[in-house]
Amino acid sequence: MNIINIEHIAKIYEVGSEQVHALRDVSLKIDKNEYVAIMGPSGSGKSTLMNMLGCLDTPTSGKYDFTGQSVSEMTDNDLAKIRNKEIGFVFQTFNLLSRSNAIHNVELPLIYAGIASAERRERAEQALIDVGLKDRMDHKPNELSGGQRQRVAVARAIVTRPSIILADEPTGNLDSKTGEEIMILFNEIYEKGNTIILVTHEEYIAEHAARIVRLKDGLIESDKRVENRFIPKPRAAVV
Amino acid sequence: MDIILFELKEGLFIALRAIRSNKVRSILTMLGIVIGITSVVLMTTAINGIDNSFKKGISALGSDVLYVGKWPWFGNTEWWKVRNRRNITMEDYEKFKELAKTPIAIAPAVSSNKSVKYKDRTVDNVFLTGSNGDYVKTTNFTFDLGRFFSDVESKSSRNVVVLGSEIAKNLFPRGDALDKEIKIGNENFKVVGVLAEQGSFILGPFNPDNQVYVPIGCVFKYFMSRRSNSIQINVRASSPAMVAQTADEAEGVMRKVRGLKYDEEDDFSINQQEALMQNFNSVVGVIQIAGLFITGLSLFVGAIGIMNIMFVSVRERTKEIGLRKAIGAKRRTILAQFILESSTICLMGGFIGLILAIILSMIVNQFIPTSVEYSAVVIAIIVSLITGVAAGFAPAYTAAKMDPVEALRYE
Repeated sequence: MNIINIEHIAKIYEVGSEQVHALRDVSLKIDKNEYVAIMGPSGSGKSTLMNMLGCLDTPTSGKYDFTGQSVSEMTDNDLAKIRNKEIGFVFQTFNLLSRSNAIHNVELPLIYAGIASAERRERAEQALIDVGLKDRMDHKPNELSGGQRQRVAVARAIVTRPSIILADEPTGNLDSKTGEEIMILFNEIYEKGNTIILVTHEEYIAEHAARIVRLKDGLIESDKRVENRFIPKPRAAVV
Repeated sequence: MDIILFELKEGLFIALRAIRSNKVRSILTMLGIVIGITSVVLMTTAINGIDNSFKKGISALGSDVLYVGKWPWFGNTEWWKVRNRRNITMEDYEKFKELAKTPIAIAPAVSSNKSVKYKDRTVDNVFLTGSNGDYVKTTNFTFDLGRFFSDVESKSSRNVVVLGSEIAKNLFPRGDALDKEIKIGNENFKVVGVLAEQGSFILGPFNPDNQVYVPIGCVFKYFMSRRSNSIQINVRASSPAMVAQTADEAEGVMRKVRGLKYDEEDDFSINQQEALMQNFNSVVGVIQIAGLFITGLSLFVGAIGIMNIMFVSVRERTKEIGLRKAIGAKRRTILAQFILESSTICLMGGFIGLILAIILSMIVNQFIPTSVEYSAVVIAIIVSLITGVAAGFAPAYTAAKMDPVEALRYE
């Protein structure tokens, strides 16, 4: 079954008296356990599409079904609920709460899901172990390296066991070596059966995905399977 | 219900975390509320204290007593109309006493100012009341030592004196006043009684605690001329319910005593404590309104401080709000988070202010009586809570309606 089913969506912004067509006519289906990279130059509508996919924004026209529910007709509260339960976000700038330690950052979505504190703690700990931060649970973001911060963010994204993980330039703020470590982490998550959508403008990052969707001027330019995708090898020294 | 409780609990944790991570700012903001609540509570307790002690003072005098005098205590009667009234004399008193049937006690009273001395201790400007043995029946006096002077003593103008508690304390710190000879002006008087403390500090010089009582004949003999001074007649009704009727009777009797014709106006005034009370209440009312307005203003300034800081805080945490929304915080959750934060600051400030006010009022209590009432505590808590919610609402609402996409992009 499709997790994501987008049919002919468009998004128009009003900037002053001008209309900006961020997305013109985009249709896209994504199945469970896919690894999709969305690519495109700036201004291609890639961020807008990501906001749509992440249920942060609703389309001006067209249909968006998420796991069979119609997102286009949802209220703000319903969207918040979907984001909380079904989507795990990973941002370029990590977006961690700077004054809270790693475990509290990971617990945050569980608080909004209404989960009691004992279970929250347990699940957050497990998620941090899964991303390899067993020894860093009580550290605050400023006591962690960039790569470790992004791992905390990934733990926060997977802790709710969402239907999709939406990563927006996850390696954009990291050096290539650390970036590669994060891509190894994504690969592991993918191989456990999760669905990952990766937004990037870096070709070599996109090559980790099994499918690449290219956008240009608010339209899909191409949508191809990757024949032999790049599978990063965990180096013993790294983890 | 469970969900709301859960959100409240978690919201409170988030609020406490935010307050703790911005300690200096939170404390400075809190200070505005602390000062506001302290001054409001202190103001109400001071007014309460004054009010209570006034009522207590009045009741020591007896609320069912009428004072027939030459002049009215209050009112709009023009000065020139009352200026030429005849004095009320002891003869008037005697006739009045004969004719009035309903009062349970009638006593004359004159007053003067004298210094009182015992050995090397002196109290100047003591309010001296001269009366007879019936005077005590027109009051609610109780005694620490001895008794009031008797009719026999007053009729024969014996040099005997009853001391108010404060005077006794000043002259006889060891409490051994009874049967001692003291000097009033230049005359010797023997102490026959000491009043228990009446606690009517608000009455100032009229406070029985600061007075001495001697037979009326002595006053005329030593301190002032009988002819040129008017006396007052204190009339006690048989019960508070009878005050109005007794006042009517007193007016009729007094007109007869003074020989007034039917078309002549009263040349005397019947004064009641009620008038005193009304006057006092209107004064206290004005003080209360003015005081609450001024202190309320400081609370208002504190509230504006909170609102200001909350706006800054919301702006500063735009990105955090965006993130919280992205990972599933609903509008009402964000709204609740910020309102909880400002209410928590206000409530903490309220508690601190309350404790400060209680301590301060204990200190002030050494000079003028104050009383922190249960209601003031409840009001302080409620007011600070309302302030927090009101001051936090607008900033919280701004936060709640932020668009997550734009908030996340905010730098």
